[in-house]
Amino acid sequence: MNFLRLLLLRREAGIAVMIVLFCLVVGYFKPQFLTLGQLRIVLLLTPLIMIAAMGEMMVLVARHVDISVGSTLGLAAMVSGLLYRFGPEVPWWTGIPLSIAVGAALGFANGLLVHLFRLPSIIVTLGTLSLYRGLTFIISDARQIDRQWIPSELKGLSQTSPILGIPWIIFIAFGVAILTYVFLNHTRIGRQVYALGSNPVAAPLRGIKVAQVTLLVFTLSGALAGLAGILYASRWGFVNPSNTGYGFEFQVIAAVVIGGVSINGGVGTVLGTVLGVLLLGCVAAALPLLGIPGTSQTAIYGAVILVALLIDRTVRQQGVISLKRVRQ
Amino acid sequence: MSASDTSDAAATQDAAPPRPAWQVLLVRPETVTFLLLIAGLFAGNMLSPYFLDVSYILRSFTLYAEFAIVALVMTMVIIGGEIDLSPAAGMALAACVFAWVQQAGVPVPAAIGVGLLVGLAMGALNAFMVIAMQLPSIIVTIGTLTLFRGLAQIIAGDKSIRVPEWFIGIDKVMIANIPLPVVLFVVLALILGVVLGGTVFGRQVYQVGTNEVAARHAGIRSARIKLILFLASGIVAAIAGMMTASRFGSVRYDLGQGGELQMVLMAMLGGTYIFGGRGTILGTFLAAWLLVIVSTGMIVANVLPAVQLVVLGVLLIVSIIATNFIYSRTQR
Amino acid sequence: MAAPDTPDILVQTHGISKQFGGVEVLTDVDLALRRGEIHALLGENGAGKSTFAKILAGVHRPTRGSIEMNGQPVTIPNPVAAQALGITLIHQEPISFPDLSVAENLVLGRDQGAPFGRVRWAEMTREAERLMALLGVRIDVGRPMRGLSIADQQMVEIARALASDSRLIIMDEPTAPLTPKEVDTLFGIARRLRDEGRTFIFISHRLEEVRALCDRVTIFRDGRKVATDDIANLSEEQIIRLMIGRPLKEYLNKQSAAIGDVALKVVGLTLPGVFEDISFEVRKGEIVGLGGLVGAGRTEVARAIFGVAPAASGEVFVNGRPAAITAPPEAIARGLAFVPEDRATAGIFRTLSVEQNITAAVPKRIAPRGLIRPRLERALTSEAVRKLRIRLASPRQPIGELSGGNQQKAILARWLLTEPDVFILDEPTRGIDIGVKAEFYDMIGELAAAGRAILLISSEMPELLALCDRVLVMSEGRLTANIPRAEATQEAIMRAAVPQVREVAA
Repeated sequence: MNFLRLLLLRREAGIAVMIVLFCLVVGYFKPQFLTLGQLRIVLLLTPLIMIAAMGEMMVLVARHVDISVGSTLGLAAMVSGLLYRFGPEVPWWTGIPLSIAVGAALGFANGLLVHLFRLPSIIVTLGTLSLYRGLTFIISDARQIDRQWIPSELKGLSQTSPILGIPWIIFIAFGVAILTYVFLNHTRIGRQVYALGSNPVAAPLRGIKVAQVTLLVFTLSGALAGLAGILYASRWGFVNPSNTGYGFEFQVIAAVVIGGVSINGGVGTVLGTVLGVLLLGCVAAALPLLGIPGTSQTAIYGAVILVALLIDRTVRQQGVISLKRVRQ
Repeated sequence: MSASDTSDAAATQDAAPPRPAWQVLLVRPETVTFLLLIAGLFAGNMLSPYFLDVSYILRSFTLYAEFAIVALVMTMVIIGGEIDLSPAAGMALAACVFAWVQQAGVPVPAAIGVGLLVGLAMGALNAFMVIAMQLPSIIVTIGTLTLFRGLAQIIAGDKSIRVPEWFIGIDKVMIANIPLPVVLFVVLALILGVVLGGTVFGRQVYQVGTNEVAARHAGIRSARIKLILFLASGIVAAIAGMMTASRFGSVRYDLGQGGELQMVLMAMLGGTYIFGGRGTILGTFLAAWLLVIVSTGMIVANVLPAVQLVVLGVLLIVSIIATNFIYSRTQR
Repeated sequence: MAAPDTPDILVQTHGISKQFGGVEVLTDVDLALRRGEIHALLGENGAGKSTFAKILAGVHRPTRGSIEMNGQPVTIPNPVAAQALGITLIHQEPISFPDLSVAENLVLGRDQGAPFGRVRWAEMTREAERLMALLGVRIDVGRPMRGLSIADQQMVEIARALASDSRLIIMDEPTAPLTPKEVDTLFGIARRLRDEGRTFIFISHRLEEVRALCDRVTIFRDGRKVATDDIANLSEEQIIRLMIGRPLKEYLNKQSAAIGDVALKVVGLTLPGVFEDISFEVRKGEIVGLGGLVGAGRTEVARAIFGVAPAASGEVFVNGRPAAITAPPEAIARGLAFVPEDRATAGIFRTLSVEQNITAAVPKRIAPRGLIRPRLERALTSEAVRKLRIRLASPRQPIGELSGGNQQKAILARWLLTEPDVFILDEPTRGIDIGVKAEFYDMIGELAAAGRAILLISSEMPELLALCDRVLVMSEGRLTANIPRAEATQEAIMRAAVPQVREVAA
């Protein structure tokens, strides 16, 4: 049996084991952590991150990075918020396609800049991070969209449940994960995302349209951030030009890299990313129980990113070594 | 390409004629920055007659001086072929540690020393991840920027920590009618300009950034050079953080928030090449003034802060595209 | 060769020529490939055989000439088009997508369907398994490509050629990284596919393998086809003579330098899997050549001595003293200098000035007290420019604007400034015009005459023969010969450079 394959399998199994161990340890000290109610809290913390993480994962698999997702989320949410604010008569669901479309357009712009000018995606998206945030302020006139303007049906998505008391947004998040899985594993272009990230030099030699794939992953990342944006309005009942989505990119990147997506492209699975998101959710839910102030969350995300990078590097080195062994 | 074309090109390549001096000068990105600066001053003057008041510009500069100081070192990091996105968060961490330590009763000079040590440690962490672990600096420093900001948040919580009265007001200290932060910026620019342009170390920063493999073959210790750059970046971030603390009179975890954009923007506007090996301290020096003029101009013209954010984002993207274009033209 | 029964001919080329940056590497090649033959391309390094193969596979486009396939003129603008025409090139270390499965690597790029079309995993797996069964190899097609042995990766490439029903399969030095048993399997499969009517091009340095496998052979020399014949009609001696047959030009009579003490001594240098047990000496005033085929491990030995990629075991002595060199600065301090093979990646700083390139290794000489003294630097540079006759417009111009020969002179100037005792030159004249080459030969002779020890790595045999006092030859990571000048002939070097037969299938 191939050693590496085991290791990659173990990568996802490893995250699952970490989640279980973490829950057991916390549960030992605070038994109330292991209740259904607590599970609901964990799940409610994760859908926005999970949706955006699916997009970010695709971008990373294609050997790029998108750090503008937080601002994209904010701008997409704000556009819909303004629609509700100034057109209260529109059907409640119009914000959903609108936010997705706005996000897709912003993501497409990122992809276009990266591809046309051969710029490093991190610098481009650092620029658009600021640009999109600024646009959010401008169109909103720096004012918050308050609770009364968000349609109650939209807010209901986060509260009402079709089954088992689990709110709609959690189903939406897992639905997005399943669709992403189908896209990446069962469509031609989905496989080309992996091929491009795996060997960008060879990709055009095998007839892969690099422009098409690059634009698609950035557009999808933007569209999913847009979806997360409208769900933000649903979940929290407001859209604030400065808070909505601020710093969100770091949570998303932390979730994705802990889920085993490689910054060197080509590697990453939906399952791993989902587990990465859940692990972060567990940690976030456990902090208040353990009496750790919520202010330590950001530091944990940062540490998680660095540790995940080191793990990724170790896995890769093992790979190189095993290849060498084969050659001899 | 026809056969005769290529052979002609090869023949002329043997001794390409030098470009005229004016052309060499004109295609330097710093020249473009300088012309933009002049244009900015003219535009500002048209907005308001008070705009060209030197003391007004100097006072405005103190708002950006900390970022500008860090941007000078970041320029060197980028020329050396790496990038450090963490110093803005590093400013917050060093300032929070400094303020927290002195609040706990440590004398201020010692607290400053602790702050500098934090800066050194931050630089060392980045250097370890990039040099020893051979991870790309761009993603490593995203991780460390999150970590530093988060640690600052743990230390300071949601409250602000006050610093002693006498420590407050570095921007009000005048040296020959020039605010101290501006003096520090100019002095550091001069020093780093000499280091980068006139010393072996500076020379080797360019060489490592241009071609690290060739640099190592020529006996240049590239790891040592990068280590120094990251350490310098950490220390200067700590200094800038404490300067900001002095200017504000108190420290919060969100000090310097969004500064990474401004710093990268100053370096890029000054013509630093994002892929390393090209750029000057002079360029970043001019770009810092340009940015201050633009920002102040926007304030004078009553432009919303939000629009300024948009302008900065657009400027960043346009300046990289322009710099890349200029360099690809001159690179034959 | 153009037989009247044209249906026999699969591919016919007419006057194929190729230039790279003004240098013609391939001239007027007419070649007919028959259906159902295994056709060997032979020649020295740089003879043009790989370039020719890459033109057929769409990697390069010919500068002149045309290609006919099945009697119809065709153009092959890129590898995808080649694939569509039924031509597959298999690289020595195949291009693959390591994170994708074997089955996916097989089909990728073949189906140009709708982007959102479904990937039919079951069908794909069945098809991949069928192809593997056809080849008679056992590879789990569901596993990722990463971690597959080179031999298995080659099998996947061959399977890919079958999947797209390729009629012409080009293998560029496929056997070098394989074990004898794997070579056996490969040859068995190639013969079987030939018998089905497919055509193979087989590029190799191993004459025994060529004899065991191939039906016909074409020999290249200096970018021209010199012969095509049935393998049975040519003896080994004849083949070697055809490969090296150019008139031996004596570039210079080596100045007789006084040969002194041992300057560089290497004992048992080993880097597992790359080179093993390398021992030799170079004396002051001596020029020692290091010949061999590309990939024999010569460059790696040089890099190990200089500390760029240190060896795992073995010792190096400089001027009689043991030198444990782990990094280039230590090598420089002990008086070594190394002109690397790949000028663009390991030699020059392309966008920096000629001046900065020349003084890169001697910071102390241009900045005695830390600050660079421009006048000192200019003096050092202009002296070097004059001495080495570097042609340039200004020492301040970026080195990338100079010709290859002048760039190489600048690198040599860089090392002269360090005043080394030992020069290691790795292919110093590659990609340099003939005229400038002669200048280089003079300079190398002068260096030796001045009492420096020189280790000259070169793939050009006339160069080794004309310049060297002794020629060492490496083959597959080992030293196989140490030939004094008096006995050095192209035949002797070639014989030592060609890998020894490992059991080849009959």
